[in-house]
Formats: sequence, structure tokens, C-alpha cells
Amino acid sequence: MAEPYKFELVSPERLLVSESVESIVIPATEGEMTVMANHSPVMTTIKPGIVTVKTVSGKEDRYVVYGGFADILPDTCTLLAESATHIDTLDKADITARVERARADIGSAPDDHARTRAEEFLHHLSALGDAV
Amino acid sequence: MASLKELRNRIASVKATQKITKAMQMVAAAKLRRAQEAAEAARPYSTRMAAVLANISQAVADGGDAPALMTGTGKSDVHLLVVATADRGLAGAFNSQIARFARDHARKLIAEGKTVKIFTVGKKGNDILRREFASLIVEKVELREVKQIGFTNAEAIARRVIEMFNAGEFDVCTLFYSEFKSVISQVPTAQQIIPASLPAVAGAVSGTNGAVYEYEPDPAEILNDLIPRNISVQIFRALLENVAGEMGAKMSAMDNATRNAGDMINRLTITYNRQRQAQITKELIEIISGAEAL
Repeated sequence: MAEPYKFELVSPERLLVSESVESIVIPATEGEMTVMANHSPVMTTIKPGIVTVKTVSGKEDRYVVYGGFADILPDTCTLLAESATHIDTLDKADITARVERARADIGSAPDDHARTRAEEFLHHLSALGDAV
Repeated sequence: MASLKELRNRIASVKATQKITKAMQMVAAAKLRRAQEAAEAARPYSTRMAAVLANISQAVADGGDAPALMTGTGKSDVHLLVVATADRGLAGAFNSQIARFARDHARKLIAEGKTVKIFTVGKKGNDILRREFASLIVEKVELREVKQIGFTNAEAIARRVIEMFNAGEFDVCTLFYSEFKSVISQVPTAQQIIPASLPAVAGAVSGTNGAVYEYEPDPAEILNDLIPRNISVQIFRALLENVAGEMGAKMSAMDNATRNAGDMINRLTITYNRQRQAQITKELIEIISGAEAL
């Protein structure tokens, strides 16, 4: 039995999750990472993807997040998501709309750097769209 | 002196007005509660964001590679004032308070020889500021159609501000809004968002227990991503505070209006009764004196 670990998922509009969990899988920009208690402190950006939360009671919850940050400490993990929804209440049309907006962003990107970033974002987003 | 019929009509119309203001007060009270809940719900994000930001900026400050949005352009010649007000009136001095505060600020900057640009959010602020600074208003946003202010609204505004900054259109950006102290007190507030005025770093250090973070990708990259987001969050918070303040102001304004209408009805009723009595007396005198004359 893994140690309980405090996890919080916050979006600008509200606090979605705040509970004791066993482990969390975060879609970090540099690849997925599983976080458990006593993780070394890491701060990372996240890409659009699915956060899997395994609670102490063994239940698994999945949330869709659209980019943000994770602040990982040995005893807590805070995920600041730009926007997040539980996978059950997910709206497919919302993802499609976001994909389209991301496409428009690529078109209007002022320089190469911004374009690369926008393209990356679109890529993650469409991967997410396919996954759900 | 108004006739009895006129008085009756007058009383009826004031009563109708009172009903309306009473209803508006109750609507404002319900909306206020919702706005307060929204502001409450948004708080964890902004406090955590501030902590993360303070933390990471310290790490980057050591490396000396902070993004321009945080350090500014190094000049302060052109100021952008983002003035957030409500879209609707009938909220007492709420809108004019913010607008006046922004106007005084703008006048001061102009007197100092700076260039001022104004970005209004909300119709009322635009209406007021247009009178004096019509040529300075570079952008305006109205949120009239928006039922519940969402993060996307704030993000759109932030995106526009950042675009302007990247195009070199201003050096310093200040956000004007009304801080919600209580239902009866909203304080107009100015907050500098570009370059970012960072919260005290001391709080962040205690939050991490002095732990050394690993950053993925490197701190500068994260900060580049985080600063624009922080601007959105600040604007979002300001908008939410504004909505709560607007509803609070509207509630007390409508409460006053209801009370005034009540007083007016009392006064009119007294006049009406007196006049009716006077008329009865007059008629009686006429009858009696007519009878005596016979």
C-alpha cells in the first residue's frame, strides 16, 4: 500500500479535486509521468491530455486538461490547469472547437517559434481528441 | 395644488416604481451571492499561481533570463490603462468611481508628459471616459452578452493586451477595477500587470520548505508560459471582483431607491388625505352656509 499523497486539481474557475491519492499520472510536456508520495520537487508544464488519479480507496478517476502547470512536492501535488473537466462530462464538440482554434493560431503565429509551439499544441490536442 | 386625481395617479406610479426597484434589489442580491461564490471558487487558483510564480521567478532571477512581460521594456513612456467597469448602470456610483479613479490617473500621467492609451472593458466606463479621452481609447470590450464571466473572457482580453505589448504599443500596463470589500464598500483599485509586480518571495520559500525544484522544461521556458497565464488570471480575478462589486453596489442603490419611494408614498398619501379632508370640509361649509342663507 502506497503512502497517501495530497493532490489538488485547480482550474481558474474552481477547485476540481482536493483529496488523498495513491498516485497520479500527469501528461507533462516532456512525457507522461507518474507521481507518488515522496517525489522529488519538480515543476513542469503540462500538455493537453488526460490526468489519471488513483485514489486511496483504489478508485480511478480521469480528467481531461488543456495545458497548465504541475507543482510537485514530496507531500503534495498541485495541478494548475488552464481548463479541466471530468472525463464523464466531457463535451466532444468542445475539443473540436479547440482544435479549430489551435489551427487558426498556427495561421496567425507571428514567428517560427510561436508557430512551432502552436503546432505542438495542436498535435497534442488532436492526439487527445483521438484518445477520447 | 395638484388635484386629487393627479395625486392618486402620482401615488400609483411611485408604487409601481417601488415594486421595480424592490425586484431589482432582490435580483442583485441573488446575483451577488453567485458572484461571490465565483470569486471564492477562483481564489485557490490565483493564490497557488502567485506562489508558483514567486518561486519560479526567484529561480529565473538567479539565471538572469526573465521574459520581457515580467521585466517590462525598461521604459515607462507609454502607459496602457485597462479600465474594467460594468456594462449596466443603476448601480450607484460604482461605475463612475472606477472611471474617475482611472481619469485622475490618466490626467496625472499626461501631466508628467507620458503617453496614455486606454482599453475599456465594459460599456459604462467607455461612455464616461469617452467624454474626455475619446482619442486615447484604443480598444474596447463589452461583456454585455456574457451571463457568467468565464476564464475565456479574461483570456481574450489578456491575449489582446499581450499582443499589443509584443507589438511595442506600450511599456506599462495598469489594470483598474473595483475591489470588493463588502456589499456597501467597493474600492477602486489600480494594479500594475505589466511589468508584473510580483508578490513577496518570502511566502513562496516557506511554502516549499526551501526545497530545490527541478524544472521541466527549463525555468525560463516555464516562466514564458506562466506570465501570460498570470495576466489572464489577474484580469479574471478583477472581472469577478467587479461583478461582485457591481451587484453589491446595485443592491444598496436599489435598497435606497426602494426606501426613498416608500418615503415619497408616505408624503404623497398625507398630502392626498389632507386635501381630501379639505375638500370635504369645503363642501360641508358650502352646504351649511347655503342652508343658513335660506
